[in-house]
Amino acid sequence: MEIVKVGMADLKAIKAPGILTTLGLGSCVGIALYDKINKVAGLAHAMLPFSSESSKNENKAKFVDTAIELLVRKMVEKGAVERYIVAKVAGGSQMFSFSTKNNVLKIGDRNIKATRIKLKEMGIRIISEDVGGNYGRTIQLDAQDGSLLVKTIGHGTKII
Amino acid sequence: MVTDNLNNDIIIDVLKEIGNIGSGNAVTALASMLSKKINMSVPRVRIIDIKQVPTILGGEEELVVGIYLDLNNDIEGNIMFILDIESAFNLLEMLLNKKIKEFDEISVSALSEVGNIVASSYVNSLSTLTGLKITISIPSVAIDMAGAILSVAAIQFGLIADQVLFIETVFEEGIHSVKGNLFLLPDINSFKKMLSRLGVL
Repeated sequence: MEIVKVGMADLKAIKAPGILTTLGLGSCVGIALYDKINKVAGLAHAMLPFSSESSKNENKAKFVDTAIELLVRKMVEKGAVERYIVAKVAGGSQMFSFSTKNNVLKIGDRNIKATRIKLKEMGIRIISEDVGGNYGRTIQLDAQDGSLLVKTIGHGTKII
Repeated sequence: MVTDNLNNDIIIDVLKEIGNIGSGNAVTALASMLSKKINMSVPRVRIIDIKQVPTILGGEEELVVGIYLDLNNDIEGNIMFILDIESAFNLLEMLLNKKIKEFDEISVSALSEVGNIVASSYVNSLSTLTGLKITISIPSVAIDMAGAILSVAAIQFGLIADQVLFIETVFEEGIHSVKGNLFLLPDINSFKKMLSRLGVL
């Protein structure tokens, strides 16, 4: 089966059969969208919450808000219907712990919040999540059934 | 503005020189701590696209060690030192004089101390060259997937640029070779301040 890799600050959409994967998610968030009627899957690996917060925002896949918009558009091009799309979210961990108020270390949490806000705004329901913690995740989205496999080092493997 | 300047040869030369002096100081400190002779290669300053960052140490899922410290005072930001797993074990063998096969409390503490020495030496040279007062926090260590750890550096740069600058240093003691990657992650205002003090902006 074809496995399509999604890099950091990157997004891709495919029609079944096929698997979308992104490796080593840390504070970044993996947003998996799926239309089960048309079997179209989309995966984004976003780094930062909102595009408006950065001066360098040409790359739409870098930010949660613009990545979701663009991903939905790409899925529709592949035959998805927007109102059938549901979401699964993984990542957003905090890799290093500090007692300071450092905003960058809390980026994982902010990425998750931004994802929930943006999906809600677009009327896309989140059906499962595996977020937070202090460890990395590799995820695989199967376009055949929309299952999302989450792999970690030392924190188990699960399907959400 | 800063991003466009990241490709400026003079800026790169200056940062390379800071990397050289900083790594030199770090290796000297390490050598005196270990009472061993340590050789160091000329550090390589590399600028790469953010998307490639998770793969610089091989695969995104490779286990690596990351040591992360806050920078405060005149410069706000962070500094991160990353070792691949083999380098981490080699380094621990140099430090603890025994074969290390897994990370226990002592080895994590030893690695965090090395991160401290490397970061302080680097920051000291930066501070001397710029005349800026810079202090560092206690280190935080993470051992996990390369992609997850390196993304911390990429995210920080991601706010201001689509590229990341880092310094690769290799040092050797006897048969042991240690390859370390150092990321200096100032926030945008500190980066400007730093470059302006160095007379390149």
